[in-house]
Amino acid sequence: MRPSIEKLVEKGFLLSTLLSASITIFILSFMFLFSLPLFKGGKIVEFLRLGWNPYEGNFGVFPMMVGTVIIASFAILIATPFGIGCSALISVFSQRRFGRFLRKLVEFMTGIPTVVYSFVAIFLLVPLIREIFQKGTGMCVLSASIMLALLILPTIVLFLTDAFNSVPKNYLNAAEALGATPVQKLIYVIIPSAWKGIISGLVLAAGRAVGDTLISLMIAGDALQIPKGLSDAARTLTAHIALIIASDYESPEFKSIFVCGLILFVFTMLIVLALRLLGYFEILRER
Amino acid sequence: MRVKLTLCLVGIIALLVAGNPLVIAGDLDPFLGAKGTLRIAGGTAHIPVMKEAAKRIMRMNRNIKITIAGGGSGLGIKQAGEGLVDIGDSGRKATEDEIKRYGLKMFKFAIDGIAIVVNPENPLIRMKKSEIIDIFSGKLNNWKELGWKDRETNVYTRDASSGTRKVFWKKALKKGEIAKTANFVKSHGAMKSAISRDPYGIGFISVGYLDDTVAPVSLDGVFPTLENVRKGNYKISRGLYMNTKGEPSELTRFFIDYLLSKEGQKIVAEKGFIVVKQ
Repeated sequence: MRPSIEKLVEKGFLLSTLLSASITIFILSFMFLFSLPLFKGGKIVEFLRLGWNPYEGNFGVFPMMVGTVIIASFAILIATPFGIGCSALISVFSQRRFGRFLRKLVEFMTGIPTVVYSFVAIFLLVPLIREIFQKGTGMCVLSASIMLALLILPTIVLFLTDAFNSVPKNYLNAAEALGATPVQKLIYVIIPSAWKGIISGLVLAAGRAVGDTLISLMIAGDALQIPKGLSDAARTLTAHIALIIASDYESPEFKSIFVCGLILFVFTMLIVLALRLLGYFEILRER
Repeated sequence: MRVKLTLCLVGIIALLVAGNPLVIAGDLDPFLGAKGTLRIAGGTAHIPVMKEAAKRIMRMNRNIKITIAGGGSGLGIKQAGEGLVDIGDSGRKATEDEIKRYGLKMFKFAIDGIAIVVNPENPLIRMKKSEIIDIFSGKLNNWKELGWKDRETNVYTRDASSGTRKVFWKKALKKGEIAKTANFVKSHGAMKSAISRDPYGIGFISVGYLDDTVAPVSLDGVFPTLENVRKGNYKISRGLYMNTKGEPSELTRFFIDYLLSKEGQKIVAEKGFIVVKQ
């Protein structure tokens, strides 16, 4: 009796795993199928290379790809040091109770809807940025990156604190016995032995940064140019999809957004792959 | 005695009913026994009028539910054509292709001007057509060139679904280019708040949405007032349409008739648009 129930439960788990995995694959193939006409017509190179100019018949998304990459990378760049700092405070430097309180606060931050962030940014951050740069509207790459950094910070912090906390106690004790200060402990013991968790945190955070729509839609300015500086307005792929989806189903504009979806998918896959590879080489090196 | 009393009561009730202005009004009458939901989506210029009409109808008859969403003219036409909504609002005529593909019927209920707006801080409220074309194309990109501060012009435009943008592009910009640096906003409301917050911004908006938070710009000396739009002095105008897929159903028909009735057209005028029926 027992084993059969065990088997049943196992089967159930297998089924749910297969289901979620197949949905991912299904979505990918769905988008591929719908963007097939563009691949077949040999238009794909133009599509990836050119800008968006519907009146001239160009439906390229190169500026949006650049926008996505730039905004997301700046967000990661801004969020990573803050993330490491926060998590170090939570799990290394502060009293246990205060640390727990801080962690609860960060957990709460994960629940704030992105539309609230963007809304607040429009009133507080955008005018500030406009006056700092003395040009442009304030809706630009930097504003969007700062807000995105805030959005992905909790993800990074939660992963990092978990990683920091799982560093074996005897390592820390050994370091302490050698007379290491907390800062030395963090730099020489905790971070090197927690890099796996750091990488997972950054992967997930990068995924969120690339995939978020509302922040870039509302405060990046959505201009069609290729951004040349931090104060330039830019459009991300996600915002582009949101802006175009209202157009006619039959139009080439609409068809092109499937390719945008596919590109987004590939982007996230590449990020995951790159960081996993990094981790893999690290393992080889350690051996 | 009792018969007399009853008669008396009936008389009083009849008098009350007859004297009640709500019942006399008449334009809402068709909705009296009606029931059901009506879904409206599309052009954002239409929203104030649609909301007011819906409010009056739903207040009178609680069995009717009317939902109103934005999304832009393109979306309105698309969703009406696909049967996702009963009425698709558009701030432009549906194209030949759209009419043929979806079997659309158009109902024009108002005329609207499209005003060019700047922030109230901006003193440049008189411009030439050529200057507008240059500003929107990015050729003229600093307010200094027009005699104001040394700050870049921040051009705001609307998303692809916007009928306002199509009309503005055709009638004001003469199908000229809109700069790639232009910022995109998704509705008339968003355009107004963007311009009211950005001292160096310039954009375009339905005349019905004009208020103190933005300053309308005169084109070759003609301000986009209701009067000027009505008389045809101000050229950047368009009709506001309701689109249905084929013949409208009963409730949809009532709604369209109501907006074209005396009371409906009064709402149109109150919200700052030009009536199509006197």
